[in-house]
Amino acid sequence: MSSTPPASTAAASTVPASPGTDTPDPRLDDALTVLHPDGQVARPDLVPTDTAHVTRLYRAMRRARLFDERALLLQRQGRLGVYPLFGGMEATQVGAALALTPGRDWLAPTYRGSGCALAYGLPMSKVILNWRAHPDGFRMDPDLRVLPFYTPIANQLPHATGIALAEARHARREHRPSNVALAFVGDGGTSEGDFHVGLNFAGAYRAPAVFVIENNGWAISTPTSRQTAARTLASRGEGYGMPAVRVDGNDLLAVHHVTAEAVARARRGDGPTLIEAITYRILPHTSSDDPARYRDEVQAEAWKRRDPGLRLRAYLTREGAWDERQEDDLVREVDAELRAAVHDADAAPDLEPWELLEHVFETPTPEMREQQAELRALHPARSGGPA
Amino acid sequence: MVQAVQAALRDAMRADERVLLFGEDVGMGGVFRASDGLQAEFGEERVFDTPLSEAGIVGMGIGLALAGMRPVAEIQFAGFLYPALEQMGVQLGRYRQRSQGRYTVPMVIRAPYGGGIHSPELHSESPEGLVAALPGIKVVVPSTPADAYGLLRAAVQDPDPVVMFESIKLYRSVRGDLPGDGETVPIGQARLARRGDDCTVLCYGGMVEVCERAADAAHTAGIRVEVLDLRSLVPLDLDAIALSVTRTGRVVIVHEAARRMGFGAELAAQIAERHHAHLLAPIVRVAGWDAPYPPFTSAEAAYRPDARRVALAIRRVMES
Ligand SMILES: Cc1ncc(C[n+]2csc(CCOP(=O)(O)OP(=O)(O)O)c2C)c(N)n1
Repeated sequence: MSSTPPASTAAASTVPASPGTDTPDPRLDDALTVLHPDGQVARPDLVPTDTAHVTRLYRAMRRARLFDERALLLQRQGRLGVYPLFGGMEATQVGAALALTPGRDWLAPTYRGSGCALAYGLPMSKVILNWRAHPDGFRMDPDLRVLPFYTPIANQLPHATGIALAEARHARREHRPSNVALAFVGDGGTSEGDFHVGLNFAGAYRAPAVFVIENNGWAISTPTSRQTAARTLASRGEGYGMPAVRVDGNDLLAVHHVTAEAVARARRGDGPTLIEAITYRILPHTSSDDPARYRDEVQAEAWKRRDPGLRLRAYLTREGAWDERQEDDLVREVDAELRAAVHDADAAPDLEPWELLEHVFETPTPEMREQQAELRALHPARSGGPA
Repeated sequence: MVQAVQAALRDAMRADERVLLFGEDVGMGGVFRASDGLQAEFGEERVFDTPLSEAGIVGMGIGLALAGMRPVAEIQFAGFLYPALEQMGVQLGRYRQRSQGRYTVPMVIRAPYGGGIHSPELHSESPEGLVAALPGIKVVVPSTPADAYGLLRAAVQDPDPVVMFESIKLYRSVRGDLPGDGETVPIGQARLARRGDDCTVLCYGGMVEVCERAADAAHTAGIRVEVLDLRSLVPLDLDAIALSVTRTGRVVIVHEAARRMGFGAELAAQIAERHHAHLLAPIVRVAGWDAPYPPFTSAEAAYRPDARRVALAIRRVMES
């Protein structure tokens, strides 16, 4: 197989990260940009002609960010457990997820993947339940192919490869294009064995998989420069025999474009793609982290000015496709959705202690039944359970 | 017994086209020839080699299962399960609960295990206790061709992940009839290998024939030993154990893995908790020593439990 990048990004558009930014972040060198940080068009050929489509993408991205902001508040009020924030990285998560076809393709998020899961269709109430460590977070519609947020780093990559292989097989038998598996991984995650394992298997089998590195500069307090001596993480694609693309991860149109191309490539049987999205974690690692201890605040401030929402909004406003009133309406709309979601999540009944042993196997073993009886005896105030 | 495994694989693939076989060198039949001829019959799409990575084999298998396949993975030797233990411990056994039943992983992992054929380092290990300690994974260990066939057919149909440890020693040394196509051996049921009222020997896999020989020897000395072949470690047949142990009151546990934290420790604890009042003597374990399994050398004979050590243990529980 060839390892040339998808056609229209082959030139890897060496548009500089400026104008409209003052972020001297070398990680951005050579990354594809469609809109400059101030919303000016850098690659007219890659801007979708359907503005309504762009508006839909913008709305999904804003919805995700508003969720993130509310989630932090909920966490501060003690109504959410530890929560991994993605604010500022939503263009990568939403832009990539929306390149998939819901009900057909598979999404394997990292633990920081609330944004992509929401965009792909996981209801807000489920995401909230998940960050309350409520077991119902991923009990959901079987058509929704979102895998549970992965706590152990990088395990999802071999899974995505396996799913992609199964889908390729289903597709061949049914004489149709394949469904695709898309997995995210952090820059830290690229150091784990399973990153290599998953990509190597996908390359060897030409699996219809897409791997998106959310290069947000940090693995907790460890910078990307400490993960690797390689100049780019995308360069690893070469070693696995797959094309790799570097993209400005704060540019929704750029991320969406390269992911859509990678998905199309996978669907038609041309194998996997590696995408390195360069973004930044402007918020703490989780709700219990303090980034002031380790990071350069000047750079963080500069990245705040590269906010993906502001960038796309500036573009849409100039196109006459978005205004103040629409923004206000969107915020109100998402706010109502959030309230309803919190309400629904609050209504979910707590786990009964004996239920700890449900869903381990389809049918609990005799020993597990005994342990359930023991739990019911220890927690008699709670109700029910199998006899 | 290896032919029984092969027959079970073939019949399972014929019965269900979702069944896929893969692993290192399985295309050519695998190092023990368990998949001989299967690629020719079912094609490379269903029987295929993988890159050399046990984590990849299990990790990819999980994905295949999530997307509707019935993956059957071969780990070349159980001693090479260690690179895959991460995927087994943190993913394989957890998907069902993590998603409250939305996602399940009906995957089978076959792993040749145990000693007795003078293999190199790490080719004779018995890590069944490690795997049995991981919630959400079933563990079976056949000791006869019929059980290898029936347990494997049951494992492929099981809605949960099953690891089947296959004794390397028994692959070519035991013979026997196979059940008919499609007949399964239910996972979770022990098999009475020898009946006797004086003492119960609990064992599985490669140790069953060893224990049977020890039982025969004891018989000539007038001791009637009951040999219970557990067949399934998870779930465990507590009823069969109770029935035997409460009748005999004396227990010997035999396995090849090192004794400390081996599966025998679990069995001894279960019996002590449940049947203390019926025990007439302390439980005795016969196991590998608390050292790595020795490669090649004659030290293997000293490491792997044999009929003489089992017979000594039987005498000990009978005399106390
Ligand atoms: C196998 C494993 N080791 C350690 C951790 C603890 N941990 C949680 S998040 C994290 C950093 C991950 O960094 P990266 O992959 O870059 O993702 P990001 O947090 O930047 O999104 C670490 C080390 C873990 N979850 N899993």
